[in-house]
Amino acid sequence: MTKYLVKRAGQALLVLWAAFTAAYILLQAMPGDSILIKFQNPELGLSPEQIAKIREYYDAGGYLHTVLGFLHGDFGYSIDTGTPVVERLAEGLPETARLAACAFVLAVLLAVLIAFGSAYSGRLRGLLLAVPSLFVSVPVFWLGILLIQIFSFRLRLVPVIGGTELQQLVLPVLTLAVPISAPIAQVLARGIDQVLTQPFVPVVAAKGASRSWILWRHVARNALPPTLTVAGLVFGELIAGSVVTETVFGRNGIGRLTEQAVNAQDTPVLLAVVVVAATVFVLVNLLVDVLFPVLDPRLAT
Amino acid sequence: MSLLDVRDLTVAYGRQVAVKGVSFTVEQGEVVAVVGESGSGKTTTANAVIGLHPASSGEVLLNGVDIAGWSQRRLRSIRGHRIGLVPQDPSNSLNPVMKIGRQIGEILKIHKYGDRAGIRRRVIELLTRVGLDDPERRAGQYPHELSGGMRQRVLIAIAIALRPGLIIADEPTSALDVTVQRRILDLVDDLREEYGTAVLLVTHDLGVAAARADRLVVMKDGLIEESGGVREVLAAPASPYTRRLFQDAPALTARPFKSSDAAGEPAIVVRDLVKEFGSFRAVDGVSFEVRRGTTHALVGESGSGKTTTARIVTRFTEATSGEVVIGDDPVRPRDFRRRVQLVYQNPYGSLDPRQTVGAIIEEPLRNFRLGDRAARRARVRELLERVALPETLLGRRPAELSGGQRQRVAIARALAVEPEVVVLDEAVSALDVTVQAQILTLLEELQRDLGLTYLFISHDLAVVRQISHTVSVMNKGRIVESGTTQQIFDNPREDYTRELLAAVAEPVR
Repeated sequence: MTKYLVKRAGQALLVLWAAFTAAYILLQAMPGDSILIKFQNPELGLSPEQIAKIREYYDAGGYLHTVLGFLHGDFGYSIDTGTPVVERLAEGLPETARLAACAFVLAVLLAVLIAFGSAYSGRLRGLLLAVPSLFVSVPVFWLGILLIQIFSFRLRLVPVIGGTELQQLVLPVLTLAVPISAPIAQVLARGIDQVLTQPFVPVVAAKGASRSWILWRHVARNALPPTLTVAGLVFGELIAGSVVTETVFGRNGIGRLTEQAVNAQDTPVLLAVVVVAATVFVLVNLLVDVLFPVLDPRLAT
Repeated sequence: MSLLDVRDLTVAYGRQVAVKGVSFTVEQGEVVAVVGESGSGKTTTANAVIGLHPASSGEVLLNGVDIAGWSQRRLRSIRGHRIGLVPQDPSNSLNPVMKIGRQIGEILKIHKYGDRAGIRRRVIELLTRVGLDDPERRAGQYPHELSGGMRQRVLIAIAIALRPGLIIADEPTSALDVTVQRRILDLVDDLREEYGTAVLLVTHDLGVAAARADRLVVMKDGLIEESGGVREVLAAPASPYTRRLFQDAPALTARPFKSSDAAGEPAIVVRDLVKEFGSFRAVDGVSFEVRRGTTHALVGESGSGKTTTARIVTRFTEATSGEVVIGDDPVRPRDFRRRVQLVYQNPYGSLDPRQTVGAIIEEPLRNFRLGDRAARRARVRELLERVALPETLLGRRPAELSGGQRQRVAIARALAVEPEVVVLDEAVSALDVTVQAQILTLLEELQRDLGLTYLFISHDLAVVRQISHTVSVMNKGRIVESGTTQQIFDNPREDYTRELLAAVAEPVR
């Protein structure tokens, strides 16, 4: 067991390093030049020598220096604003974390509702199982705009600007949660169906157990592992989804920061965003792998 | 009033009627065996009795009360409480992620047997009663930590937990080794005497039914062919189908032993075979010889090393040490497959579902580039005829065939390259008795006509007795005893062999 954990943690570190390196190389290879975009403006009146000096200031060290900096928590300086990248991340992270966490919880709730709902009812089953396909095919930006149209402009339930924090959170969370709930619901529903065909299910029924007893006490835990895997994987989509959601709803956060950094080709910020996203993703999936043997004792040996 | 009185029961799956008006009774404390081949409707009948499958029409009277029309909610009060179930396959019949103790305690909890401590005490009592050692520890274990026999004991503990008047046992021992099978059936007998519980025993195994039941219900195609006291039915079966069934059952009909005095040259020589998986010795110094044109059986329980031995002989697994000589000369690896062929247990899994029957049989010919297209075609037709399959099957796919037809196709494929040796690994174990009898007859014919040498791997002693000339009994990777079939059956020298034989039904022993 400890051996398994050490191995998985080692793999996680390797993935992180690979993500960092790939991002570093890609950002270096990107055409265009953030320093020229920002400093070549004739109004600033900088001479080519001065620009070269600025460039030296930002580029100093190269790959190894950047790696060491990241290991010490020093992510460098934003070219766009000149402030430390850490500061900019610290501003956005709590906002995005709140959004993502709420969206994830909602997505799981929706998925459980759809999957278990379909396992209970005969008549609604077909309808419920069609829902995930619908959800997954809805583009996030379109859903966001649609929700604003309906709830803010038509029904006037949620103010577009201002309002309480909760009111500000409702629509973005919904926008983000809906497409993410779809794959979780699909895998969970399939898992439930598959577990229901196993021979131990009629044995439980022969003990006199009700449908709910069978579903919640026996089927759920058996159907969980594959669902957990998918839930870990879609966690990555939360980060991608937050870029669009935060832009559509005009919220501050990592997603918004990413969007601005892309426009300005602010490579230090982009690199930091990639590393933070990769870290979260790797940690979540590590957690999933650690949970597996807890859920299924057959894997513990 | 009977404990269970089934009257004119009809059960349908969609439009297909699986049980067509079946009537029988089970009295207090007696064992009634429902026997029949797959598709006869015996399991469906059992499921309909506890309402796991709804009856289309008819009555199921439990102590005089018709429960056939009851809602699922109402039936729940009866399930487990008045009728217990011992299922077929112990390996998949327990929830893999729930501890044994909880799975037994659950039935008590559902029927509000008592408080937590009371349930816990009763669970330990039950585990002790069904003969599990160290019940406290067992209660905290997961199903995968127990052997098949132990799991079946747990399932029996669940079935008897509330002392129901009736236990439905659906093929309770089919997935178990013979010696374990006997102990489990003994346990069921004991409990029946102790609690006065009646047992509805659903089985395809006529040997088990003959040995354990008071009365017999023979089913075929959803109808009852015949029913009555076991002795009466066995002695004088009234229906022609029952008669054939009994004749075909190797466990019920003692045939003369095959003589093996033919002093031919050996076709297979196995010397000091050892196979280690890590530190575990699966095969531990196995040696035997098989004379050309005869059948040698390797018998033993699961884990005895018989299948590993077969895999080494067919060169699907490499031995750690020892040697296998086929025929007189050492053969080149590629030619080896022309001389030694394998027929597997599972005719469902060993045929490519996407290929047609014709393509399946032709494939070995194409692999060895034997003949042109026309010649191969002709050979496939010849082989089909050889295994008594109609030519119309050539374009069919495995899913459209019956189990027996599939095994015939597998045999035809094995014969395509004219091998000398055919290794049959549990080749008839998954088949119904009448189909099994046909395949065994076919194998005997082929041996006689083509001079084939068989290595016959089986756990089923009754079948082994019928087909083989010589036998090696394996246990824990070693051969404990070998000799002619007659020697082994009539004069077993080792305790282990005697124990195996004791598990076989009377007439054959």
